[in-house]
Amino acid sequence: MTIVYTIITLSAIGTLAAVILYFVAQKFKVYEDPRIDDVEKALPGANCGGCGFAGCRAFAEACVKADDLASLYCPVGGNDCMSGVAGILGLEAVVQTPKVAVVRCNGSCEHRPKTNQYDGALSCAVAASLYSGDTGCQYGCLGCGDCVVACDFDAIHMNPETGLPEVIDDKCVACGACVEACPKTLIELRKKGPKDRKIYVACRNEDKGGIAKKSCEVACIGCSKCFKVCPFDAITMSNNLAFIDADKCKLCRKCVLECPTNAIIEVNFPPRKIKEDLPPKPAEKAEKPVAAPKSATDKNQPDNTEN
Amino acid sequence: MLKTFKLGGVHPAENKLSADKAIEKLALPKSVFIPIAQHIGAPAQALVKKGDQVKVGQLIAQAGGFVSANIHSSVSGTVKKVDMAPDASGYPKQGIFIDVEGDEWMESIHTGDDLVTDFQADSKAIIDKINVAGVVGLGGATFPTHVKLMPPQGMKAEMLIINGVECEPYLTSDHRLMLEKGSEIMVGIRLLMCALQVNKAYVGIENNKKDAIAHLRNLVSADSSIEVVPLKVKYPQGGEKQLIKAVTGREVPSGALPIAVGAVVSNVGTAFAVYEAVQKNKPLIERVVTITGKSVKKPSNFLVRVGTPVQDLVDAAGGLPEDTGKIISGGPMMGKAIASLEVPVTKGTSGITIMPAPEAKREVMKSCIRCGRCVTVCPMGLEPYYLMTVSDKQIWDKAETNRVMDCIECGSCSYTCPADRPLLDYIRLGKGKVGQIIRSRKK
Repeated sequence: MTIVYTIITLSAIGTLAAVILYFVAQKFKVYEDPRIDDVEKALPGANCGGCGFAGCRAFAEACVKADDLASLYCPVGGNDCMSGVAGILGLEAVVQTPKVAVVRCNGSCEHRPKTNQYDGALSCAVAASLYSGDTGCQYGCLGCGDCVVACDFDAIHMNPETGLPEVIDDKCVACGACVEACPKTLIELRKKGPKDRKIYVACRNEDKGGIAKKSCEVACIGCSKCFKVCPFDAITMSNNLAFIDADKCKLCRKCVLECPTNAIIEVNFPPRKIKEDLPPKPAEKAEKPVAAPKSATDKNQPDNTEN
Repeated sequence: MLKTFKLGGVHPAENKLSADKAIEKLALPKSVFIPIAQHIGAPAQALVKKGDQVKVGQLIAQAGGFVSANIHSSVSGTVKKVDMAPDASGYPKQGIFIDVEGDEWMESIHTGDDLVTDFQADSKAIIDKINVAGVVGLGGATFPTHVKLMPPQGMKAEMLIINGVECEPYLTSDHRLMLEKGSEIMVGIRLLMCALQVNKAYVGIENNKKDAIAHLRNLVSADSSIEVVPLKVKYPQGGEKQLIKAVTGREVPSGALPIAVGAVVSNVGTAFAVYEAVQKNKPLIERVVTITGKSVKKPSNFLVRVGTPVQDLVDAAGGLPEDTGKIISGGPMMGKAIASLEVPVTKGTSGITIMPAPEAKREVMKSCIRCGRCVTVCPMGLEPYYLMTVSDKQIWDKAETNRVMDCIECGSCSYTCPADRPLLDYIRLGKGKVGQIIRSRKK
């Protein structure tokens, strides 16, 4: 008999609770735009925060609320994804040129001799909070790999030979996590060129030429030669440092030839035809053959093309 | 039963190798580099330019604000340039390069060694002189002393506590100063008491410096207003808040200054600098620096002019040992490794510790075993393991609510961690970041 009473009592409580819950749910119902779910489904779901919002859901909410999508862009999904979102919302999508992260430091172990040993915590942020770094260059890569940890897409790795991070262009979605993570602000999101070609100044050293060159062979010494040779006004000089504007650059590679320290890097270009009449590089110091840094640049090329 | 602070603390091997080495004057360097920011607060503004002739004690950089300090030339000679040069952190900092020529002092400075005990009991005049002389806290934090002597509105100092603890292993500069300049320090203490208008001063000294305790007790026997307090040897007793707790039993609340419990703490070195500034008109241009280490041929205590390159000290101590692993500015617990011997001695350099390679090596970090030792030893009652995690994961709000800003960076947690985790490195990172966030919020 007891078991019957128990079942009846429990069922009664259950029914009562269900009724109360139903009315409470009706009373406190929060209206949510069904389009948010649709937009969220259209997004890649990486929750990387590359859009500036706390995950894809937050971005979807922002898209639904927004009057136009001008300032909203999902770098992971890219233009296809954004046109899908725009279709759901009946708005116009902004087409952005795809970007890719580039590491603006080429100071490998070979080019940038170590002046001291760092044996503290393996974190760039910690190392940067302690001191200027284990080489003479206070602007250069610390090599502890905070960018690698920050990347959700397995797109950036440390090269054990050079001690520098390398970006895999195909995997990089330009979410900007590594840009945030780098305490030396070495990583930049640059426009993806045709066939993933790019030319950039792989240096952030703002020291005067002599000091920069002393600490790193492939440092930008601020000589302005590239600035003068560029036919498209794509290069600006500030604080002894050249910067190539990716929007203006037409990838003509004149600056790469002109740079006396090989600070300007070309990636994914077909190898140059070796011409005998090519102007010889003005070698500053005879002891270091110019071929050494050059070959390193060349070495990078097949790596990147493979990827 | 000796007094000490209650919470946490460790007792690293003392290794006071240079404790019985009398203070020697270091030979004048060939050139000096005097940074214009040697104190907490705004950097000073350089007053000299290339080619100027300067004398010892001449004002070469003016305080750049209320919390700032004057900088004087520590040598006589010609200003080579006013330029940037890497300091101990490796980042270039503005400073003044002077080529040393002779040793010509400003006429206003009394250079004699005679003890001047009489002074006018005028608080404002004393503070002014300290301000002009650019005296900063010589314990390591380099907080401008004149600012400390002017408590904020509504606060009243009740006592002066003189820090002769020197709990940092290896370092002996304060110990030697107490033994050799005890009478001067006493005058300095009276000057500080007068400036603060307090009637009571305590001198806290750890019990491993029995000779200094006996010497200073002997000097104050006739004066009941100054009391020498021997303290149990425990690191980090030299921390301001720990010392106040040890001497008075009062606890400085989280985020507050010592003045909140009526105490002002000054180092013995600062007391000596105050004596020189007020009684001898001598600005802060030199300080005692210990150079020590197990492989160092001649561990010594040198009286060094500010701006002297560390290289000169190393040479005077018998050169750099072959097995050197790390050169640390300061002691092994709180000091910072330096990457170059060109780095100058500044007002805050209390010592140079040269660690042999095997000792200097940091072990590879292992996983936290949740033993809680870091919590036990933290003298501020923090949870270092947790602060490290939130700093690593960049959860700054959690770091702030768990009082990361209270960390005194004593390093007891990293010292005691059986898994060799670099707790302090990460906490310091979090402290810097949270500090930035708090400052930006105030704006």
